[in-house]
Amino acid sequence: MSAVMITRKVRKWERLPGKNTFCCDGRVMMARQKGVFYLTMFLIMGTCSLFFAFECPYLAVHLSPAIPVFAVLLFLFVMAMLLRTSFSDPGVLPRALPEEAAFIEMEIEAANGNVPAGQRPPPRIRNVQINNQIVKLKYCYTCKIFRPPRASHCSICDNCVDRFDHHCPWVGNCVGKRNYRYFYLFTLSLSLLTIYIFAFDIVHVVMRSVDKGFLNTLQETPGTVLEVLVCFFTLWSVVGLTGFHTYLISLNQTTNEDIKGSWSGKNRVQNPYSHKNIIKNCCEVLCGPAYPSVLDRRGLMPEDSSSALTSFAPSSTSIPAPQTTKTTAPLIPNEHTPDDAKPNIAASAEKTSSHKAKSPPPKEEQPPLPTVPPLASPETDAETSISKDKMY
Amino acid sequence: MATEFHNLQEMQHCASLVTKVFIQRDYSEGTVCRFQTKFPSELNIRIERTLLEETVKTLNSYYMEAEKIGGQSYMEGCLACATAYIVFLCMETRYEKVLKKISGYIQEQNEKIYAPRGLLLTDPVERGMRVLEVSIFEDQGSAGSSPSSTLSSDSSAR
Repeated sequence: MSAVMITRKVRKWERLPGKNTFCCDGRVMMARQKGVFYLTMFLIMGTCSLFFAFECPYLAVHLSPAIPVFAVLLFLFVMAMLLRTSFSDPGVLPRALPEEAAFIEMEIEAANGNVPAGQRPPPRIRNVQINNQIVKLKYCYTCKIFRPPRASHCSICDNCVDRFDHHCPWVGNCVGKRNYRYFYLFTLSLSLLTIYIFAFDIVHVVMRSVDKGFLNTLQETPGTVLEVLVCFFTLWSVVGLTGFHTYLISLNQTTNEDIKGSWSGKNRVQNPYSHKNIIKNCCEVLCGPAYPSVLDRRGLMPEDSSSALTSFAPSSTSIPAPQTTKTTAPLIPNEHTPDDAKPNIAASAEKTSSHKAKSPPPKEEQPPLPTVPPLASPETDAETSISKDKMY
Repeated sequence: MATEFHNLQEMQHCASLVTKVFIQRDYSEGTVCRFQTKFPSELNIRIERTLLEETVKTLNSYYMEAEKIGGQSYMEGCLACATAYIVFLCMETRYEKVLKKISGYIQEQNEKIYAPRGLLLTDPVERGMRVLEVSIFEDQGSAGSSPSSTLSSDSSAR
């Protein structure tokens, strides 16, 4: 019985490592846990629907038709920014191919020289000088690269992201170089929308109560109570978040750097990326060029690695050996995985690097929790990659 | 000593890959995309230093042009923001235009300069803008050529 080989064109997104989900044949890229994102959508659309149903008819007639029109425009802008933030590639750095990984390993070995047997090799750090400040580039064991400055590895999405800000469960994606401005505009426009709806809810209730009394008003437009509740609680968090990010933008800092305290403190390096001018910093972050994605999601995989479906074991044909050699350079064995959450390794790392490694909350490494996660999840330095080392 | 190839296609079909050299990013001016102009020692016998430096400098200038924050990037940003970034679905951004120019430039450099010397540049965008990959090929017909010293750790896997 002969094997029937059916080859089909495989797009690169189907073979991308990392824990992202893709939709629309690779056009949409999100994190795996999307529950909170659906909640965000539901809250925004639900509250706005109630506003358009209950308040807008009355306000359009008694005040001005411009009120619902502006609300619609603002709502559309908020949704556009949310979808753009959620669906775009945040600036994921592709993992090193075997040759590049081997090349870096050789360079590291050459730099370390001969390590006596039994001694742990020094941590993999590369120092670069940026604007007269020394910045340390850390090695990512999962992606097998030295992370560029400001990049960080998101453990939830299992990717290194350029200019990593944080992983936002509310938008269901990481926030990084490519989608930070959309995220900021989303929080800003959502603040405005919340304030707008809240204000006009109050105006509506007051105007109607003058005619018909407070209790009758609430009976006629029950949606108002719900809207006011949602807006009241949303206001504090979203407006606060917008304010926080405005502060970060004016200093050209990321949430990740702020949480880790990279640039604060007397003995620390000053932020080398800041232009020391608020306007320039804002312009760079918000009006800078739109960076294209370096993940070629919709490209076709080369012919020799396209998947072949056979009538026999499919796993044997899944990934054939690449033409070039796979890396045989000695990788750091398991026990040396620089789990910075562990204090003993962090203590030895502290001798060589001046900044302290903060231990991330343990839940970062566990599967997704059923409860609503916090607003911002900082990346963790704990690399558990050796056990999930994949061949590609 | 250098093996001669007539064109890029011939090299890609007939030659065997010896090793790859990676030119790393230069972060001395921040996070802008720049590559180091330091000349890798493995290429000493293959190509003149000035040619490679010229290529890298031109690439750096292209990237600088793409990432320049000035009047044009503001206009593009404001226009896009005013349309809720829907305009990006229809129009190519300036960065993407420059990337196309870069890929054309690399293709031209490969055909004119690198393929005749048995080398091949890979567009950095295919490597996540992290490295400029230079593949070194050897003609399969030439028997006497010895692999470079950097191959020693790779060859143990073969």
